[in-house]
Parts: sequence; structure tokens; C-alpha cells
Amino acid sequence: MKVEVIAFGIAKDIINAKSVNLEVSEGVTVGNIKEKLVNDYPAFNALVSLKLAVNAEYVEDHHILNENDEVVLIPPVSGG
Amino acid sequence: MKEIFITSDKLSAQACTDVVSFSGAGGIVTFVGTVRDSTKGKSVKHLEFETYEKMALKEMQKIADDAKQKWVLFKMVIHHRTGLVPIGEEAVVIACSSAHRKAAFEACEYAINTLKETVPIWKKEVFEDGEVWVSAHP
Repeated sequence: MKVEVIAFGIAKDIINAKSVNLEVSEGVTVGNIKEKLVNDYPAFNALVSLKLAVNAEYVEDHHILNENDEVVLIPPVSGG
Repeated sequence: MKEIFITSDKLSAQACTDVVSFSGAGGIVTFVGTVRDSTKGKSVKHLEFETYEKMALKEMQKIADDAKQKWVLFKMVIHHRTGLVPIGEEAVVIACSSAHRKAAFEACEYAINTLKETVPIWKKEVFEDGEVWVSAHP
């Protein structure tokens, strides 16, 4: 299945796009997606943290993705 | 006025304070986070905020709900600016009201500290000679 990962902040600069499309197998976890992204874009390793949100909620690495989930990369936040 | 709000327009600390004010509230605390003109001795031109708005609003609402669980509050308002924010203008305003000051002080500090940890908003400092996403790197 296809997963579109949307990026904000420095994550957008690192992938040099607003989102990246990944072709993944059924049952893929958030942890798998992170591993793939860090592998494809080693600059992610230099960040303080890298989280993923699914459907606008923080999720753990073992969370399994479904088709049509809204997946967003959350680099270290700095509001306020 | 909305209690949880993100806007590219100028924020008003007074308007936020007015929303939480009423006769039973003996203590009102309003925190105003403004844009500093320098960071680590380097002159800042302005800040640029980017938000994942849908999730940011949810996380801001959670903060207000949690604060009302932890302290006896009447109201909490959290407004955050997005886009370009010039030096001296408000980036965030948090106002809350309680019967007494202690709860209002504590809840307001809890809210700004938690916002900085959980709400998906990103701040870029723009200098004369470049720009930096704040807190991204150790």
C-alpha cells in the first residue's frame, strides 16, 4: 500500500518537499516508517527527536498504519 | 472569541484576559510570549512559525482540559500566532482565571511549559545571514 508522509518544519527541509510517498507492505508500523526515513535521509539522525503523528495524534513505534491514515512527521517542536 | 485559537493575525493579551474575566475570578494570570530581538547575542530579524493546525488545536485543547483537571479554574484561553511574527509582537498568549491566584499562576505555567513540549508548532529564527529551526538540534 501507499503511505504519504507529510512533513513540517525542519523535516520539510530535510526531505526537500512537503511530503514523501512510500510504498510499504500491509502491517507496516510507525517504527518501520521512521527507520526507512532515517535510512533515506540521514540528516534525521542529527535531530533531538523524531515523532510521527497518525490522524493528528502522537503514536508509539509499534502502531500499525492503515491505508488512508494521515501520517505526519513531527520534528522537535518549538512553539511559544 | 474562541478559547483555543491559532491565527496569522496579531494577538491581543487584553482580549484573552477579558475572556477569562468575571466576577467570581479573584485571580487572573495572563502569560504573553513575545518575539525577542536577539538570541545568544545574535540579532534576530523576525520569527516564522509553522503549525500542523489540526493537531496543534487538539493538543492545545488537551492542555486546557488537563489544567482544569489539575487545578480549580474557571477558564483557560490559549492563542498562538502563526506565520511571520515581527520583533516585539506576541507569539503566544495564555490566560486563565481562578478564585485565587495560586491556582492561576500554576496552571498558566503548566500550560506554557506543556505547549512547548507537545504542540506541533515550529519556530524559525530569521537572521540577516541565515535562518535556524529552533530546538531541532542538540
